Amino acid sequence: MRLNYPTNIKIVKLPCSGRVDILHLMKAMEEGADGVFVAGCLEGDCHYQAGNLRAKKRVAYVKEILDKIGVGGERVAMYNLSAGQGPRFAEIAREMTEKIKALGPSPIRIAKRKAAGRPTTEEAA
Amino acid sequence: MANTNNDQKKGAVLVVGAGVAGMQASLDLASSGYLVHLLDKSPTIGGIMSQLDKTFPTNDCAMCIISPKLVEVGRHLNIDIHPNTEVASIEGEAGNFAVTVQTQPRYIDLAACTACGQCRQVCPATAVNEFNQALDLREATYMRYPQAIPRGFTIDREVCIGCGLCEKVCLAEAIHYDDQARQKVLEVGSVILAPGNEVFDPSRFDTYNYLNFPNVVTSLEFERILSASGPYRGHLMRPYDREEPHKIAWLQCVGSRNINACDNSYCSAVCCMYAIKEAVIAKEHAHADLDTAIFYMDMRTYGKEFEQYYNRAKEHGVRFIRSRVHSIEPAGECDLRLSYTNEKGEQKEEVFDMVVLSVGFEVGQGTIELAERLGVELNEHHFAVTDGFMPVATSRPGIYVCGTLQAPKDIPQSVMEASGAAAGTSAMLSEMRWTETRTRELPPERDVSEEPPRIGVFVCNCGINIGGIVDVPAVREYARTLPNVVHVEDNLFTCSQDTQVRMAEVIKEKGINRMVVAACTPLTHEALFRETLLEAGINKYLFDMANIRNQDSWVHMNDKQKATDKAKDLVRMSVARAGLLKELHEKKVEIKQSGLVIGGGVAGMNAALNLARQGFQAVLVEKDKELGGLARRVSHTIENLDVQTYLDRLITQVKSDDNVTVLTEAEVVGFKGYKGNFTTTVQHGPDKTEQTVEHGVAIVATGAHEYQPKEFMYGESDRVMTQLELDKLLHERTNGSDPATWSNVVMIQCVGSRNEENPNCSRICCQSAVKHALQLKELNPEMNIYILYRDMRMYGLLEDYYTEARKKGIIFSRFELDNPPVVNRNGEGVEVTFHDHVLQRPVKVPVDAVVLSAATLANETDRLATHLKVPRNAYGFFIEAHAKLRPVDFSSEGIYLCGTAHSPKLISESITQALAAASRAGTFLAGKTLSVGGAVAHVDKTHCAACLVCVMSCPYGVPRINEENVSEINEALCQGCGVCVSECPAKTIQLSHYEDDQVLENVHALLEGVM
Repeated sequence: MRLNYPTNIKIVKLPCSGRVDILHLMKAMEEGADGVFVAGCLEGDCHYQAGNLRAKKRVAYVKEILDKIGVGGERVAMYNLSAGQGPRFAEIAREMTEKIKALGPSPIRIAKRKAAGRPTTEEAA
Repeated sequence: MANTNNDQKKGAVLVVGAGVAGMQASLDLASSGYLVHLLDKSPTIGGIMSQLDKTFPTNDCAMCIISPKLVEVGRHLNIDIHPNTEVASIEGEAGNFAVTVQTQPRYIDLAACTACGQCRQVCPATAVNEFNQALDLREATYMRYPQAIPRGFTIDREVCIGCGLCEKVCLAEAIHYDDQARQKVLEVGSVILAPGNEVFDPSRFDTYNYLNFPNVVTSLEFERILSASGPYRGHLMRPYDREEPHKIAWLQCVGSRNINACDNSYCSAVCCMYAIKEAVIAKEHAHADLDTAIFYMDMRTYGKEFEQYYNRAKEHGVRFIRSRVHSIEPAGECDLRLSYTNEKGEQKEEVFDMVVLSVGFEVGQGTIELAERLGVELNEHHFAVTDGFMPVATSRPGIYVCGTLQAPKDIPQSVMEASGAAAGTSAMLSEMRWTETRTRELPPERDVSEEPPRIGVFVCNCGINIGGIVDVPAVREYARTLPNVVHVEDNLFTCSQDTQVRMAEVIKEKGINRMVVAACTPLTHEALFRETLLEAGINKYLFDMANIRNQDSWVHMNDKQKATDKAKDLVRMSVARAGLLKELHEKKVEIKQSGLVIGGGVAGMNAALNLARQGFQAVLVEKDKELGGLARRVSHTIENLDVQTYLDRLITQVKSDDNVTVLTEAEVVGFKGYKGNFTTTVQHGPDKTEQTVEHGVAIVATGAHEYQPKEFMYGESDRVMTQLELDKLLHERTNGSDPATWSNVVMIQCVGSRNEENPNCSRICCQSAVKHALQLKELNPEMNIYILYRDMRMYGLLEDYYTEARKKGIIFSRFELDNPPVVNRNGEGVEVTFHDHVLQRPVKVPVDAVVLSAATLANETDRLATHLKVPRNAYGFFIEAHAKLRPVDFSSEGIYLCGTAHSPKLISESITQALAAASRAGTFLAGKTLSVGGAVAHVDKTHCAACLVCVMSCPYGVPRINEENVSEINEALCQGCGVCVSECPAKTIQLSHYEDDQVLENVHALLEGVM
């Protein structure tokens, strides 16, 4: 369908959203991602039965941690969509990008850039 | 079985028609050792299913579930797809046919075409887009739909203006304006016909004004309207003004159940369900409240769990109006006025924004002519003549049939029949297995585990698909700077045959031990590039793909710089991951060449016998003393075929077949192992002798039984009986209880079905009632017979018997669930009081017999289901892997199901499903060995605390705590989802190919430079 969405969305491929580990999400934030979203199958429609429900719980947990440490849980999100919903993917990609842009760069990234003596104001990646 | 001459038998099969049925038959046969020629007259495979938006009753996206099948067919080494091709003539006999086929010119060489789409982009000529049911236009140079297989374009020379633009832009030089029609002869042992049906053309009805009013559409047009890839991109709009409709009506039975205007007296078997589906999905698509009304005669939701789907639609607010609409008139500029008579006999009018005609199936003229050329007999409705006890064999030995040419049917029935037809073929040609198939010879794999990574990066231009947006040379040069990269290059089409050959050479020459291809999607191309690696002697897991087309150039075409930057990011991510990839070795495990069949009814016996005829051992386990199951209580089918004679013959065949072992009074008491290597413990005989059976596959055929009614005075009067009890009386005709002496009989439908306790429709009871009513009329034409029903579900060709019954004066009277008939004692006898829907008043009838059409319920299988670890629904019927496309497989591989253990069905349908289960099982067994392992989970036992988290989190119940007190994951059973890996608190389970360090390296590379 070739629907346009922002270029700052980059995909890490996994066999099932059930393979998404809390560690993967936390590492991504630690290494400077401004936001992460997990795209899993529609609920009740998981190719591997219920991996997407596991992912949902893990995302909720990571949100909680990020809230507690002041990074903001809204930087991670879980979305459910099917392989046939191209337009929905593009919509999510735009929605997430807008949301993260409004939030600005992640405090972790700002802090690390400051520590490294780099400017902290460039566009959210 | 057909008489054949073994010396001349062929190990190849011709499948005519590449819809979902033809594809399934081809896949089964090709995987079980036959070379398959798959023909389709269109330029692509996929048939009508590829045009559907969603499928009932799961509401799966049709394209999402069919496209993996398309790819599988397209890639199969032993399936030759012949698009644009039809059968011209046939000679020979079963086992050895010579079929002449004619291929129309495509004008584009499929071997060269890479489906890049440049030709279409420049094509100035347009034509009506038949895939979207003429709701929009396409170019003269086209691909029927984006996922089409074979992946290649076609030129429609009817509209092509011959401008030569496509020829100029085609960098693959695939365009040949001078392409000619070709004929060739295919030598095959058997032919399977799966040409499908056409949908009824409603322009024949002037009352529906289909041609005059744009907002009157067919149901297939409506599927395209709803489809995300359709003419309106999935936005619910009506054709006239592209406005969203607020009120839509569906008119059922257009071109079906009608002998006046269209001569199609049969029921098309699928329209009730698809209309419900379309109404529900339309409501989901609508932005405002959408009023949906379905005008019907009988709601025929007779399939597995269809009734619940119907009930849910009512809860969603879909209106169901029992009436046949006689005309559609214009209202205002483009609205539509429907006039109809409601159930109370009142004249009504209602205005709708849009009307959908639920058009039925029809055998196309081309198919009628095909059957004639093949010498295959068709019935008066032009469906193939088949025997009720061998429903997939045509009148010509060696030619089988499946799908809607056999009779109107839905997708799961078509898929079952396709596998059934494959089983028929496989039994006939079994000694010719693997005689004509191809195998790929591969060089030995080089052990690279001790070598440092040497990565080769191949960047694809994909014509100008990538190269036109992304600066490919820049990406290539960037890749050169990345760690471990020893070779970079870019190609016009990385997937083209010549590039593949050269890449294998480069890999060998430069000692490359990891490959990254930056191109399109792994979904379509990963398998191809992995094969290239194998050709170069490198393990296929040492590969990663960066999708710089679908995830980059196609979706960021308005910003070339950013697209190029992203391409570099994606390549860097792939290279980082590739550096950590490990060789994975799949193990070969022997498959025991035998099957265990549980249940010795018609389904189980057919499954066992077919497995035996395919050359495998079968052990048939029956809980009773005698084989035969529920069919022992049925004397004749509705077509008047003698069931008992058939059953006797079948039992004799089963017992006398050297490959079949029968165990009666038997029960499965233990079951262990995994696909290909099961061990089952069976207790059998009067002494419960214990026996261990080793087998590669299992087929569950545990059957069903008739519900014993609690209602309508059943058990209180001997005049109240069930249909099976009536069958016995009709068969025995003993003095004192001879049904011929009766003068008044009432039959009551849906006893124990379609109620709160059991919401399922039992599918077969309407035809049982009509069958017995016709038999009673035959005995005594003066007999008054009343059938009290809720919907007469005489689906498909059964409709003819319903028509016949009405002609013979059998009275059909409808009742509602909340106002059922009442059976009372009347002196010595009984009387029935019911509300007549025509007279609109209560009617009291003294009767000689009340016959209850009691539900068909699943047999008790609690212990068996626990042993086999296979799922059942709330009503005890086993649950197949996928309601649509895997109707006889369980989700655990190597175990299959058939017959009434799946859901209530007719004897003929049970036989078809049994053959299908045998085909699926045979397909698995024929492989002889099984590859296990690869991208599956493995436990590092040193850190395992046996905490059971993996055991509890695995959706497939695979991990177990072994004798060493640590978790063990059988690689033959692991599905590779990775759930346990991410749950394991000790991080001591890893999913090969998606290990934590591989994933994290991917993430790390993605974020390189942001801080």
